[in-house]
Amino acid sequence: MNKVFENRVRLTVMSILTVNDSMDFNSLKNMLTLTDGNLATHIATLEKKKYIKVEKEFVGRKTLTTYSATQAGRKAFSEHIDAMEKLINQCK
Amino acid sequence: MATIDDRLKDISEIRSMMEQSSKFLSLSGLSGISAGIVGIAAAVIAQYFIDTAGTRSSGSNDAAYFLIGSILTLIVALSFAAYFSVRMARKKQLPFWSSATKSLLVNLFIPLAVGGLFCLILVYHHILFLIAPAMLIFYGLALLNTSKYTLKEIRYLGMSEICLGLLASIWVQFGIVFWGIGFGILHIAYGTFMYFKYEK
Repeated sequence: MNKVFENRVRLTVMSILTVNDSMDFNSLKNMLTLTDGNLATHIATLEKKKYIKVEKEFVGRKTLTTYSATQAGRKAFSEHIDAMEKLINQCK
Repeated sequence: MATIDDRLKDISEIRSMMEQSSKFLSLSGLSGISAGIVGIAAAVIAQYFIDTAGTRSSGSNDAAYFLIGSILTLIVALSFAAYFSVRMARKKQLPFWSSATKSLLVNLFIPLAVGGLFCLILVYHHILFLIAPAMLIFYGLALLNTSKYTLKEIRYLGMSEICLGLLASIWVQFGIVFWGIGFGILHIAYGTFMYFKYEK
C-alpha cells in the first residue's frame, strides 16, 4: 500500500489524471469541491513525489496551471490498485 | 489502519471520478426526443417543398432554401439538446462545461463539419439525391466518434444512423423518408430509452 494514496483526495486526483491527458487547477477544484488551499497542499505532495507534472502557461494575463500524471505516477497508482485488489480478495 | 470498507469506498470514488472527469454524463434523453421532433418537422416541411416544387416558378432558389433549412434545423435541435443537458447537469450537480464537454463537441463537430461540406459539394455538383444518405452517414460517424466522451449507448444510435444512411443511398427515391426515420424516429426512440434508463 502506498502511503501517498492513503488520502482520498490524492487518490482521486491521481485517478482523474490517469484517464485525462491533463487537467487544470480549477477543473480539478470544481470536480472535487475543495478549497484552493486544501487542493494545493495535496497537489504539492503528489508533485514532490514526482507522480504528477505541473505546467504553467499564460492565457492573456492569467496563468493557467495544468497537471498531468507522470510515468512514475501511473506506475505507483496501478500498484496501489493492485494492492487494494489483493487485500479485498484476502478478506473474501 | 484502513478497513476493507474504506478500500471499497476508495474504489467507488475512483470509478465515479474517472468516469465523471472524462465523460459528459449529462446528456439527457429529453435532448434526443426534442431533436427527433425537430427532425420530423423538418422532414415534413422539406417533403412539402418538394411536392410543391412544380407549382413554383423556378427551382434556382431550392439549394439556398435547402441550406437555410438544414442549418436552422441543426441550430434548433442543438439548442434543445443543450437546454435539457444544462438542466440535467444542474440536477445532478455536475459542471456543464468541462474538458469532457469540450472533447465531446470537438469530436462531434469534426466529422459533422466534413459531412456538411461534403453535402455542399453534392449541391454544387447537383447530386441532390445523395444528400440525405450523406447526412445520415456522416452524422452516424460523428456520433460513433463522440461515444468515447459520453454515455456509451450513443454508439448504437450512431451505428443505426450509418446503416440507415447506406440503405438510403440504395433506395434514393425515399431519401426524405429515411432522413425522417434517422433524425426523427431514431432520436425519439433513443431519447425515450435513455430517459427511462437513467432519469426515471
